[in-house]
Amino acid sequence: MGASGAKRRLGEGTEMLRVRVHLFGALREAAGERQGELDLEPGATAGDVKAAAESRWPGLRGHLGGVALAVNLEYAVVDRVLADGDEVALIPPVSGG
Amino acid sequence: MVRVSPAPISYGQLEALVARPADGAVVSFYGVVRDHSGDLQVEALEYEAYVPMAERELTGIVEEARQRWDAGQIAVLHRIGHLRVGEISVAIAVGAEHRAAAFGACSFVIEAIKSRVPVWKREIGPQGARWVGAEH
Repeated sequence: MGASGAKRRLGEGTEMLRVRVHLFGALREAAGERQGELDLEPGATAGDVKAAAESRWPGLRGHLGGVALAVNLEYAVVDRVLADGDEVALIPPVSGG
Repeated sequence: MVRVSPAPISYGQLEALVARPADGAVVSFYGVVRDHSGDLQVEALEYEAYVPMAERELTGIVEEARQRWDAGQIAVLHRIGHLRVGEISVAIAVGAEHRAAAFGACSFVIEAIKSRVPVWKREIGPQGARWVGAEH
């Protein structure tokens, strides 16, 4: 629970990490954007991205319940610790085929 | 071979790619846009994907299918973009020495696609549009 939507800027010399977040399908529409960068506190996990994303894109509130996470093109558990530069995707229920 | 792209898919496109001399069976599956969803009329489906992850997942699924079923070559195409009724959204072809492996692997691949490959579709009809699997 280390991430906070209140932290948005990388301060000089801090160890905050910046990740790129990708949105798809209904989430992309709810957010009004396809992707964006989020700054998180050191030690932030994949699960923390949900709260940070809701702060950045208020339209996502109430839509992230059944949403899975991927880090660097692989499904990730919520407590996966993130690194600077990670690509994080919010994966709504898939409906391919 | 796996690919996720807007390129149209044709019947018969994949089978020759997977058949080896050792194979006695080739099974293929085509997923097609149907004109209804339950009681609702469907005019088109719009697919989107997280393409690099989808292709990576498909590659893993194909490898898993080959090992589980002792299948030979497997090819998968998934289309994205705007598809009208009757157009092909997904194609799978499997070659194997025997039919049971070819049928089994083909079925495994389409079920795995539906459960975990990051692709989404939106139904377009006279009543509007809705994301499938996102009722809430």
